Amino acid sequence: MTVVDQTQGPPRPTPVRIGGTRGGPPLSTVLRKDRWRLQPTLTAIGLLGFIGYSIWAALRNGNFYAGNVGRDYLSPLYSPCITHSCVSAGYVWGPIFGGWWRISPAWLILVFPGAFRTTCYYYRKAYYRSFWLSPPACAVPDAGSTNPTSPRHRYTGETRLPLILQNIHRYTWYVAVIFAGILTWDAIAAFRFPNGVGVAVGTLLFVVNAVFIWAYTLGCHACRHLCGGNLKRFSDAPVRHFFWKNISSKLNAHHQLFAWCSLFSIIATDLYTWLVASGTMHDPRIF
Amino acid sequence: MSSEATVTAANRPAGAPAGSSSPADVTMRLWRGDASGGGFVDYTIENLGGEVVLDVVHRIQAEQAPDLAVRWNCKAGKCGSCSAEVNGKPRLMCMTRMSTLELSEPITISPMRGNPVIRDLVTDVSFHFAVARRIPAFHPGPREADGTYRMAQVDVERVQEFRKCIECFLCQNVCHVIRDHEENKPAFAGPRFFARLAELEMHPLDTLDRRELISRDLGVGLCNITKCCSEVCPEGIHITDNAIIPLKERVVDARYDPIAWLGRKIRRRPSPTPAYVTAALAPAAATGEVISTEPAPRATS
Repeated sequence: MTVVDQTQGPPRPTPVRIGGTRGGPPLSTVLRKDRWRLQPTLTAIGLLGFIGYSIWAALRNGNFYAGNVGRDYLSPLYSPCITHSCVSAGYVWGPIFGGWWRISPAWLILVFPGAFRTTCYYYRKAYYRSFWLSPPACAVPDAGSTNPTSPRHRYTGETRLPLILQNIHRYTWYVAVIFAGILTWDAIAAFRFPNGVGVAVGTLLFVVNAVFIWAYTLGCHACRHLCGGNLKRFSDAPVRHFFWKNISSKLNAHHQLFAWCSLFSIIATDLYTWLVASGTMHDPRIF
Repeated sequence: MSSEATVTAANRPAGAPAGSSSPADVTMRLWRGDASGGGFVDYTIENLGGEVVLDVVHRIQAEQAPDLAVRWNCKAGKCGSCSAEVNGKPRLMCMTRMSTLELSEPITISPMRGNPVIRDLVTDVSFHFAVARRIPAFHPGPREADGTYRMAQVDVERVQEFRKCIECFLCQNVCHVIRDHEENKPAFAGPRFFARLAELEMHPLDTLDRRELISRDLGVGLCNITKCCSEVCPEGIHITDNAIIPLKERVVDARYDPIAWLGRKIRRRPSPTPAYVTAALAPAAATGEVISTEPAPRATS
């Protein structure tokens, strides 16, 4: 504890005391009586579930395109399909990676949306709480903080490697916009049937997925900053202010919701494509 | 203690809903002590219904514990004085209705555990004012030709949210960066002051660039945006989404974004570290203010 005597410097109304004995029980004692473990636990289950599903879907390396049953459905986990195996599956776009690329094309794709979501401000909150336990809940101590011998006793936040790399989030957003455009194209392609334009259940799934992806991408905090949040005077840039106020900020208010909705819609769309392409399930056509 | 007695139609407190299971008495478990130590003391008191926690604490003070120290002022959620931790959650006692708590169990009230204790529920918040002094104040540019300043409504409405802050310091108290790691105090402003900095940075008339200060000396990078400050704010200020994250993005503009750096070079904009900010970066040297980096001892219950 340090009591600062400020009589030596400029006159101050009160001396400043930093540190000192804390009141209440030790911080290691959690006084909360509500179910504070529930939310981080559910978040951890949800995120681990998605990671597990993505790995399974990537390793599957088959039935990611439903062209064999007359549907132009390409799984979002494999889009854009840019390897030789895409041609083998009947997908019409020419491959960028030749026959030497033997492993699943999904690995090429997952890394970019993965980086976007890993550095996303919402997901950071989610995994800092659920996996890092830093903190697991409000007014609950950080893991290791009350143990002086723990390597986690000291906390440096996002000021050092590797967490300082979270600052690249806006660059991952640039790529995410491209991916959102590609998934929009996939949703449009889902209207295409061998005998013309139509709508099936899968088509609706692809459209919903694209909508959620855009809602999540345009509500991103980096997008909100770049489209107008960095301005001092909105009156100098009315178009950017309009976008900031009416699109990005409104979507940003529900960023957590869209983060989860888009996660589930990706799983649902991929799963549906797999079921249809593998012949396990018939895709009912609406009109 | 007679907390098991339940309310009947005959003795139901005024304001208690019909069918309420509110007990006739409630047990308030208050932390009593000072810097030399202390512990929880139970007080059982009649449940009058329709009260907030501060009302009950005042009744305990009046009827059972006249030496109980509790800081309060407006009783309307506007002065930010009666901050405490109710059942472990940082809250204003005057804005926490008893009816929202589980009254069949003792209600725990401890002082804000992020601050040094003075006595009982009163803590020393001088650290926060020391941080406030480190922030370069509003610095407008020259006046217009007619001697006035003009701002468009669209430019000022964004910062109005931050003006709602009542400085209860619940956000500072709950922030784990300094609550659980007190050694960070000299290098971290805390959520309340990030809101203040955001207000200044977004002000249409302000001319200072504080981004280097925010990054280097006030530690915005230490924040891992777990949003506890927003959760506990009694004014509902979106501190994380509207203040801290925009500040982080502005710091990225100044320090980490090569495209933004290239843009500044091409357009020959000034460095993001002007001399006046550099001068403001060393308040400790300028004022003789000392911030201890020693971890604070903790009282035992």
